[in-house]
Amino acid sequence: MALDKGEITKIAKLARLTINDEKIPEYTASLSSILDLVEQLQAVDTNNIEPMAHPLDATQRLREDAVTETNQRDDYQKIAPATEDGLYLVPKVID
Amino acid sequence: MAWETVIGLEIHVQLSTQSKIFSGSATTFGAEPNTQASLVDLGMPGVLPVLNADAVKKAITFGVAIDANINQKSDFARKNYFYPDLPKGYQISQLDLPIVGEGHLDITLEDGTVKRVGVTRAHLEEDAGKSLHEDYHGMTGIDLNRAGTPLLEIVSEPDMRSAEEAIAYVKTIHSLIQYLGISDGNMAEGSMRCDINISLRPTGQEEYGTRTETKNVNSFRFIEKAIRGEVIRQMDELEAGNKINQETRLYDSNKDETRPMRSKEEANDYRYFPDPDLLPVITTDEFIQGIKDALPELPWQKLERFQTEYELKEYDARVLTASKTLANYFETVVTTSGAKAKLAANWVTSELLGALNKSNTDIQQSPVSAEEFGGLLKRIADETITGKSAKTVFEAMLNGEGGADEIIKAKDLEQEKDSGAIEALVDEVIAANPDQVAKFLEAEDSKKKRFIGFFVGQIMKASKGKANPQQVNQLLAQKLK
Repeated sequence: MALDKGEITKIAKLARLTINDEKIPEYTASLSSILDLVEQLQAVDTNNIEPMAHPLDATQRLREDAVTETNQRDDYQKIAPATEDGLYLVPKVID
Repeated sequence: MAWETVIGLEIHVQLSTQSKIFSGSATTFGAEPNTQASLVDLGMPGVLPVLNADAVKKAITFGVAIDANINQKSDFARKNYFYPDLPKGYQISQLDLPIVGEGHLDITLEDGTVKRVGVTRAHLEEDAGKSLHEDYHGMTGIDLNRAGTPLLEIVSEPDMRSAEEAIAYVKTIHSLIQYLGISDGNMAEGSMRCDINISLRPTGQEEYGTRTETKNVNSFRFIEKAIRGEVIRQMDELEAGNKINQETRLYDSNKDETRPMRSKEEANDYRYFPDPDLLPVITTDEFIQGIKDALPELPWQKLERFQTEYELKEYDARVLTASKTLANYFETVVTTSGAKAKLAANWVTSELLGALNKSNTDIQQSPVSAEEFGGLLKRIADETITGKSAKTVFEAMLNGEGGADEIIKAKDLEQEKDSGAIEALVDEVIAANPDQVAKFLEAEDSKKKRFIGFFVGQIMKASKGKANPQQVNQLLAQKLK
């Protein structure tokens, strides 16, 4: 399956990646070849095979509902570029 | 042209667990920013989510109550989008195998009509953090305390045809989640938020029109207003020959209108895929049966019981069972007072709810507890005080002047049972109003009642509300001949 330039640009935008225009043909080719592989896999007859959400044949273990974490805000915020009033500060985003 | 409104709702309910859905952080509302945000909630690399058993249990409890199929194999997916209050860059949600499958809920409209609304599914997911856009030097402040709070997203079929039906459905869900004890339902604190899908189609047409989605509406009043506004907007567009854009809109309560969200044209491309960090959740028959067996009395069952056990009218029973807290309050009043259920129902629905309404508080914050209120009704039931004095006592209780007995004593409100004393009052009032007596004697039978009312009023006033009105009536009937 061949992707076109527009799709590559859209994928990059959704992933918040800035890409160099010159690189687009290269990305188009390599991403398309990944999809070719998926296409090959899709050719396999999977009738009567239960879909698999996880490669391990195991069941999710559940945690008891109990508070086990303590407040470590000061430690966590040491690596944040900007904080104020206990908040993490990020460039302004508004919908 | 005549248009039919088609509404479907997605309701997000915060489940009232102690800890978050995938981490051991607390979920307490109103904590200092980021003091309840652990490494998992912050989306740090190298951490793993571990599912909270109680969130699963609460979700299934809801499913069982709406008679839904429970998917005994359920899995989690990543919903990818970028926003700073979602540090991982994806929300853990469910797509293919939601924990709760198809079910239904019956809603009752104002006129008493019952309508069945289909529930498509209900799935577990994590809440995002909060963005504070007020000025932090042109930056946005992020509080991740809410990130990872368990949510149950309840998706309805597009079965509702008016704002009234939508509100009735939301109220039914709101009451149900509190009855089930799976959420506190506190809308002001965001425990229940609603996304509203609305489309119009020419009446009689089967095919649905193009819909818009109005996001994050968080009060009954705003839901109603948002729907009414959006229906009119779509109607105007369609009448003008324009097309409706499928888009996400926001309700602006200040302007009372919906407007499109900016920069979100690609937001619906969430690129879901199974979350490799979480294994499928398997629930056993025994587990589900255990939840079924432990299911509390449901709102519609309580409504039924109040009508049979207490012989209440449907309307009163409906008012009293609208919330679990109110229903419990009423039942405590009945048991502590020993009063007839009807008397208790009247006092709770008119006096108590009236007073709460006036002070804009709800039953949970009632200044008079059910036991105290029962104590007051007990004194009406055993005829210690008259209904009229009881209102004075209740006012004093609302002002925090103490319990019923204490106030009755302090204000000397005990009913006058000495018939000699009452008779003296009756004579006094008759003697003081010769004109009224003359008019009464001349009046036609049909008009006599009005004059009797005057005398009763005067006597009650003279007795400071302490005379027994029935006794007064009897005495008057004897004396005014």
